Amino acid sequence: MIKDITLGQYFPSDSIIHRLDPRFKIVIMIVYMIMLFSGDSLICLGIGTLYTLISVVMTKISFKLYIKSIKPIFPFLIFTALLNIFFIKDGDIYFQWKFIKITSSGVDTSIFMIVRIVLLLIGTSVLTYTTSPIVLTDAIERLLNPLKKIKFPVHELAMIMSIALRFIPTLIEETDKIISAQKARGAELDSGNLIAKTKGLIPILIPLLISSFRRAEELATAMECRCYNGGDGRTRLRQMKSGISDYIALFFTVLFFIAVIIINHIIK
Amino acid sequence: MAEIKIMENIIKTENLKFNYQNGSEEKPIINEVLKDINIEIKKGEFVAVLGHNGSGKSTFAKHLNAILLPCSGKVYINNIDTADDDNLFNIRKCAGMVFQNPDNQIVASIVEEDVAFALENMGVPYEEMRKRVDDALKAVGMYDYRFHSPNQLSGGQKQRVAIAGIIAMRPECIILDEPTAMLDPQGRREVMKTIKTLNKECGITIVLITHYMNEAVECGRVVVMDNGRIVFDDTPENVFSNVEEIRKIGLDIPQTTELIYLLNKEGLGLDSHIITEEQCINAIERLLK
Amino acid sequence: MSILKTENLTYVYSQGTPFEKIAVNKINIEIEKGEFVGIIGHTGSGKSTLIQHFNGLLQPTSGKIFIDGNDIWSNKENIRQVRFKVGLVFQYPEYQLFEENVFKDIAFGPKNMGLSEKEIKERVYDTAKLLEIPENFMKRSPFELSGGQKRRVAIAGVMAMNPEILILDEPSAGLDPHGRDIILDIIKNYHKKTGSTVMIVSHSMEDTAKYAEKILVMNKSELFCYDTVENVFRRSEEIEKIGLDVPQITRVFNKLRSHGISFGKEIYTVERAREVILDMLKKEGRI
Repeated sequence: MIKDITLGQYFPSDSIIHRLDPRFKIVIMIVYMIMLFSGDSLICLGIGTLYTLISVVMTKISFKLYIKSIKPIFPFLIFTALLNIFFIKDGDIYFQWKFIKITSSGVDTSIFMIVRIVLLLIGTSVLTYTTSPIVLTDAIERLLNPLKKIKFPVHELAMIMSIALRFIPTLIEETDKIISAQKARGAELDSGNLIAKTKGLIPILIPLLISSFRRAEELATAMECRCYNGGDGRTRLRQMKSGISDYIALFFTVLFFIAVIIINHIIK
Repeated sequence: MAEIKIMENIIKTENLKFNYQNGSEEKPIINEVLKDINIEIKKGEFVAVLGHNGSGKSTFAKHLNAILLPCSGKVYINNIDTADDDNLFNIRKCAGMVFQNPDNQIVASIVEEDVAFALENMGVPYEEMRKRVDDALKAVGMYDYRFHSPNQLSGGQKQRVAIAGIIAMRPECIILDEPTAMLDPQGRREVMKTIKTLNKECGITIVLITHYMNEAVECGRVVVMDNGRIVFDDTPENVFSNVEEIRKIGLDIPQTTELIYLLNKEGLGLDSHIITEEQCINAIERLLK
Repeated sequence: MSILKTENLTYVYSQGTPFEKIAVNKINIEIEKGEFVGIIGHTGSGKSTLIQHFNGLLQPTSGKIFIDGNDIWSNKENIRQVRFKVGLVFQYPEYQLFEENVFKDIAFGPKNMGLSEKEIKERVYDTAKLLEIPENFMKRSPFELSGGQKRRVAIAGVMAMNPEILILDEPSAGLDPHGRDIILDIIKNYHKKTGSTVMIVSHSMEDTAKYAEKILVMNKSELFCYDTVENVFRRSEEIEKIGLDVPQITRVFNKLRSHGISFGKEIYTVERAREVILDMLKKEGRI
């Protein structure tokens, strides 16, 4: 069933990370990403891994869930790693047989790539597991607020995003219902070749589209009736307050980042 | 002073006419939806507007919130002409609107944020907003669900959240456009109970658009619409005693009223103004003893 | 032999997760051919889950379903045939319309059955006639029609498959009294004409009492009772206790009974109430 797909992947809890100001979390995430890609020695990679592990432990969310977030891209990781190993020909040769040549540089690149991507995914999961998508959207809106001055539609984009989040579960439920209804009329949805399968989607997509338009229209009227008039002059129920722990978190992240830069510099 | 205030009109229409235009530009087909509606609703009233689909009742409702403007005639909400563009938000703050589909009027993913939506739009400061949101949620009995996602709620609960979103604006009047049509009996009861409390305890004027006669029976005043016109405007007892006319329009009458009507056809001469179960039981008891 | 029979039918949602919930629990019923059954129960009582088992949309977690004496899950390949035998009309069926014209939409089911062009045409026109869908609608887009008309087209789409059992989930939901009467009369008429078994899920006790011959009551995932209308309303106090409505007229007559006035039979329609009262007055020689 489509219903079983969990969206947003938010796991409510009361850890320190959960309680951080979402705006800080986003900024920290950006610093973290830069950190991962600024060091090219194993020590730097180690520091990144250490930082990630500390954060993961602090979220109080089972490690298994983090593994789950990497799983889907695992085959892709292996594939690119192999490409790197076989096609980078610089550096010391570890192994050579006929046209196959494995070099130190190839192995290094592969390891760095895999570790970085894994860390990046886990880091993103730390953010999305501890922050509900709606809060995240809100935080992004507030961070991007200065862009309003250059007429960038910050509020509009955030509103679109949050309405989408609001209606995803509703639409999933609706899709389920339409699928059942068409199946009851003998529709075959998962058999035949690609063309037959695509054709089989029409009885589902058309009703879904029509109902989405209807919903959009009704929602627009309802919003107007509640005095919606764009983002100007709006106040918010959700307050975002930054506290000492937010600054401490940012401080430590920057500290790790500086450590990476310095070590990287020394080793070179 | 207070008594004079009760007599004040909150809603007033004067020769309200509305038509949709179909067909081509050269040969327009004019579809008259509202034909000359004149009605006055006083502050604190609980009015049901009853009619079948296509009777014009929803179109009428949309005029009370300036979603639609009259083709001719006037609509006044709290003495403000709805055609006055500068007062649009004042009209909407004064007369809030609840729609049929509970899903399609909830904007936010968290109950309390949805209730705050109108206040956020109006720029109400945080402290005041917090209080109004909590009050509104308590008034509809949804305070315990304030952190829930709307998707976790039943239809009746969603509709109560929608009502809370309106009363957070502190309106004087709420117009509900078939709020129970998509609900199960349990949800219907919840919504009816909620709006009755709001009417009684907060003095909010209620205009309930519906095609369920059993909801109309609970109101103080029933306005029946047919074919774009008001055909009855009276107490539920007086309206439903017109069994044949109400039937002809395509509406139901209470089973109790129907029974009395059928018995009177046999010449039993009972009071035809019976609508409640209590009245019916008494009448039959008297008849059989 | 019964046309539909269940044996300890049980369905568990999200089995093995923290959200595990028994939706229907050990249901045993037998429904005879040609019956008109009303299904009632709260939202979440399991009635929707139950009817989705009848046409094989859901597979029971345990227990069996027999249609015409055959276990429908004995051969999974045949499950599509079961859906043609047991037609299921969902709530608000007009939301599943998708074809460019009314004819094509009604023909969708029969086409999936693999019928010939000629037969499809016959069935579509026959069903349309039964449902009072005018012929000049056939070439029109279903989306141009009014709510009640759309509903009829959607129901026609299932009826055109000529199912042996027709199940409708709240066919009159959201319609006004007139629209409701049209739909219910059409279904009654279909039942009379074709002699097929019909089941209607409804929240309205008044409608169920008026149309159905037998009533199936679901409560908290279990079968509360399955009996004739008369027998079910004999238990109207229990039914009110589980939070379901009984017709207003039944409530009135139950009260009268508690005031010491006795009536020979159960009162669940206004017509019956009228008869009973007139009979009593006649007996006393007052009219």
